[in-house]
Amino acid sequence: MAALKPDRIVARLLRAPPFLWLGAFFLLPFLVTLKISLSEPATAIPPYLPILDWQGGLDGWSSFLEALNFTNYLTLARDDLYQAAVIGSLSYAGAATLLLALIGTPIAYALARAPERWQPLLVALVVVPFWTSFLIRIYAWIAILKQEGLLNLALLKLGVISQPLEILNTDAAVMIGLVYAYLPFMVLPLYAVMNRLDPSLREAAADLGASPTRVFWTVTLPLSLPGIAAGAGLCFIPMVGEFVIPDLLGGSETLMLGRVLWSEFFSNRDWPLAAAVAVVLLVIVIGPVMLFRDSLRAGGEGT
Amino acid sequence: MSGVTRAALWLGLGFLYAPILVLVAYSFNASALVTVWGGFSTRWYAALFSDAPLIAAAWVSLRVAVLASLIATILGTLAALAMERHGRFRGRSLFTGLVYGPMVMPEVMIGLSLLLTFIGIGLDRGVATIVIAHATFCTGFVAVVVSARLRGLDRSLEEAAADLGAGPLRVLGTVTLPLLAPAIVAGALLAFTLSLDDLVIASFVSGPGATTLPMRLYSQVRLGVNPEINAASTLLVGLVSVAVLAASILTAKRGG
Repeated sequence: MAALKPDRIVARLLRAPPFLWLGAFFLLPFLVTLKISLSEPATAIPPYLPILDWQGGLDGWSSFLEALNFTNYLTLARDDLYQAAVIGSLSYAGAATLLLALIGTPIAYALARAPERWQPLLVALVVVPFWTSFLIRIYAWIAILKQEGLLNLALLKLGVISQPLEILNTDAAVMIGLVYAYLPFMVLPLYAVMNRLDPSLREAAADLGASPTRVFWTVTLPLSLPGIAAGAGLCFIPMVGEFVIPDLLGGSETLMLGRVLWSEFFSNRDWPLAAAVAVVLLVIVIGPVMLFRDSLRAGGEGT
Repeated sequence: MSGVTRAALWLGLGFLYAPILVLVAYSFNASALVTVWGGFSTRWYAALFSDAPLIAAAWVSLRVAVLASLIATILGTLAALAMERHGRFRGRSLFTGLVYGPMVMPEVMIGLSLLLTFIGIGLDRGVATIVIAHATFCTGFVAVVVSARLRGLDRSLEEAAADLGAGPLRVLGTVTLPLLAPAIVAGALLAFTLSLDDLVIASFVSGPGATTLPMRLYSQVRLGVNPEINAASTLLVGLVSVAVLAASILTAKRGG
């Protein structure tokens, strides 16, 4: 230790607590899940086999390894329900991300072009819903969308429809919920990029005769693509594993991986299968995470 | 601003706030039905304050959030300092992966994997396991906020202190940490709200007797719209709005 400079010691002291904590409560749990996903369910406590025999030495290890198998993954691959859940998760998240980009871009643009002194307040107005309870914001839509809810009441009064629409517990409700809950995640990184754009670029295009619409499409929007990418990453990745929105707003046929994992664990009590669903979910999000790594970090700093 | 962008802004804000305003309005509705306005009443607020399980759940949430945000703030600040000020070390990519990983990991995965681990090591589930789980997923958010501030800090201040003979710990305590204070507070607040808001992870790792507010609300919400929940939501939304608006006005005045 005497050879170490004080600077190096401080560096180690800084690193050690987060390293140990996250190793114990993030890395280790991940390995445990991976292992259990390769086990068989059993009517025991804990409800899976094999259990590693720590005292068994090398023999304990080898019999443990031999008993591991890929049955759960084969079950997932063969079962229509799980295929539908994978496709469902990807398509709900993909479609909602697209919608978010379409809705979020004009809002972010309007924020960036608002008078300078109003911008902090307007940005705060976008942020407030992000800080309020997720569960409550989703719950609020139930009162609006249900059959005897506000939306149907308003449409009936206006004479737009003669029969109440069935919106709650459908795909439409899930999409509304996803777009609503994640809108700040799209608008804020996009605003951060648009706000930093050099106004002289816009002015130059306008001086050269481009209409405001043309300026937006040929100058502002292409330069804002990094913001859209960051927003898309921030929205798509958590949406793939979403549980609350499909559970409260979706119908019984709304299949998403987060929800399937939840019911596999809490209702069917099939832990190994739930663990396998978790690993599949992770494999699905890891691609986008790597792809959006830099923009995610930039976006995270913006919020 | 042209008419189109102005319209986009108002429509967007309207979309964001309409459901919240509906919730607030109906929390004062004397009738229990969404479609019937029974006049102004505060009866649901009265009901709320005599709902013992809900109040107990709120206390559990508050305790969890205070402890978890405290741990996450310490760990996140240490992690940010390690990455930004002593960035070159073996295992750096593993380290950054561990810090930022929980932010992008699906909540159901974090909840399930921690529960399986707690059971594996024989840890009794309760408030402590929720605190551990929340501290784990909040650490990354604190690290992001503190790292951003660290990168923006003028390094020459720390170097000047070192040149004048201060040891690394002294520089940290008298220069770096005071300069970081606003970011550390912001990170702590973020961790606090994230913990207070979490339903999924807490549902997995909690045990009997440790029901958090979101868990209690969720079990009520599943039964349908309930005016008492409207009242509880209104209180929470009001609290958060005041805090965020105050914070944004404060930072705007400082020219931040």
